Amino acid sequence: MPEPVGSVIRPGGGADSARPVPGALGGGGPATRQDDVITVRGLRMSYGHYEAVRGIDLDVARGEVFACLGPNGAGKTSTVEILEGFRQRTGGEVQVLGADPAHAGGAWRARVGVVLQESAPEAWLTVRECLSMYAGYYPRPLPVDRALDLVGLTGKAGDRCDRLSGGQLRRLDMALALIGDPELVFLDEPTTGFDPSARHAAWEVIAGLRELGKTIFLTTHYMEEAETLADQIVIIAAGRVVASGTPATIGGRASDASTISFTLPDGVTAADLPALPAPVTDGRGRTVEIVHHEPVPVLHALTTWALAHGYRLSDITAHRPTLEEIYLRLTEEHQ
Amino acid sequence: MSALSLVSHQARYDLRAFRRNTRARIFTLAVPVVLLLILVALFRSGTVKSGGVTVKIAAYYVPHIAAMAIVGAGLINLLITLVAKRESGSLKRRRATPVPAWVLIAGDAATSIVSSLVIVLVLVAIGSLGFGLTVTGAAIGVAAVETVIGAAAFCCLAYALSGLVGNAESAGPMVQLSTLPVYFISGIYIPDNVLPHWLLDVASVLPVRPLAVALQAAFVPATNGGQRFALVPVLVVLAWGAAGLIIAVRKFSWVPRRSS
Repeated sequence: MPEPVGSVIRPGGGADSARPVPGALGGGGPATRQDDVITVRGLRMSYGHYEAVRGIDLDVARGEVFACLGPNGAGKTSTVEILEGFRQRTGGEVQVLGADPAHAGGAWRARVGVVLQESAPEAWLTVRECLSMYAGYYPRPLPVDRALDLVGLTGKAGDRCDRLSGGQLRRLDMALALIGDPELVFLDEPTTGFDPSARHAAWEVIAGLRELGKTIFLTTHYMEEAETLADQIVIIAAGRVVASGTPATIGGRASDASTISFTLPDGVTAADLPALPAPVTDGRGRTVEIVHHEPVPVLHALTTWALAHGYRLSDITAHRPTLEEIYLRLTEEHQ
Repeated sequence: MSALSLVSHQARYDLRAFRRNTRARIFTLAVPVVLLLILVALFRSGTVKSGGVTVKIAAYYVPHIAAMAIVGAGLINLLITLVAKRESGSLKRRRATPVPAWVLIAGDAATSIVSSLVIVLVLVAIGSLGFGLTVTGAAIGVAAVETVIGAAAFCCLAYALSGLVGNAESAGPMVQLSTLPVYFISGIYIPDNVLPHWLLDVASVLPVRPLAVALQAAFVPATNGGQRFALVPVLVVLAWGAAGLIIAVRKFSWVPRRSS
């Protein structure tokens, strides 16, 4: 990130004023709100008696990649479809690019790009024709070749859309979302079903969009995706925001204890370990886990002991909770 | 882009897609030609009584098969295409762009009108060159106007009916099942002088027979008391189109049924 932006995300339910949370910059105070591309307060969405979204607040600043994580049925797709203007909400305030998406017109849509969860091309047109057709809908479209180049489909320009592979279709959908040169791009699970190399290629495209100054609202199941791409993350479970922050700080990640783990050498038991400044828990079988806020003294004592006895401890690791561990803990708590 | 150039931009791509769509080509172009050839060949040198006068068999079947062809291009093909596009998310995808809905509808209507004009022209040419159908400039002019009105009306009906069809697989069989009896009672396949009067009365308030009657009058004004432009049947077709448009505007869905 070039410089801190005035991004403030508050956990759902009842946040009333622009009170910055730790990790976000309060800089200009409420004035920085003007640079927010998306502002959501108390969003609710009901389907009959079922309430899928139960009071969500979000703030997405211009130029950032904002990732929305959550299990299936958490309310992610409902939320993103309301922001895209496809669904009428049942409660709350929503501003996207200064307008209410439920009543926004063509001029607003020209500034927003949408990558749908399922891509559906025009089966009988070629990739280039499909992009040219969509380009005609926008006041200031990108050149078709530029859009093809952005998503790496230049070599497929002359192919009919119904002959593309699944990954190529998603890239075409991305190109269709970009052809109008939007300020804000919604990506709803853009890499679901991709193999790892296709996923990394898509990440490069998304990172490239950030370089172009686009604001990106991303929903995903993949923690690695959020961690690689996002400036801000919000985790949604059961229709509420259960955590928000940067990939490094979300869910108390920055202040959580570290876990040190290793496998006991042959013939050594936990009783043979040196005195440590932390309780030792027996992990699975011969794996030892030590959870402590100060990993350095623990590692020092362990490595001194291992050196003195000639043990290699070749699988020793020390790590903070992964984003995935934080995510699983938070979403399970809120099921 | 002005509204008109936006519509022509859209129609250009819709027509291109139509040209490459084998199913659409067979349904809208090949089926009517084959049917006309079979029916006219069956009654080769015969005549048939219709509208109170005796007409050549080609003067009966060319306008009747033309009406069926317009239903094929305007209603059946568009309905199947629309439902498939809606269920695949393709309509939703277009909805995410600034293009106004009416431009997409106009693009589809233009495609239906152009393909209807082409097929009617082909049918008239076959009737004229092969089976002695009398064709005048006035007949062509009136038939063309009626073809445009009919194609636009059935296009509106396709948008209206798309809301009743849940998935792309059932769209084809459903629309075939509902149009086939209407074709029969409208005298498309069997000459209308063998049909009971009450059945023809029913057919006359449905949209298919009035279009066939109007097209027949364009070529043989005597079947309509000497009037080449059959006003009342054309008004019936227009009324159906208007009803379709009203329903379409209120009920049309851009998003797949299963996700809503």
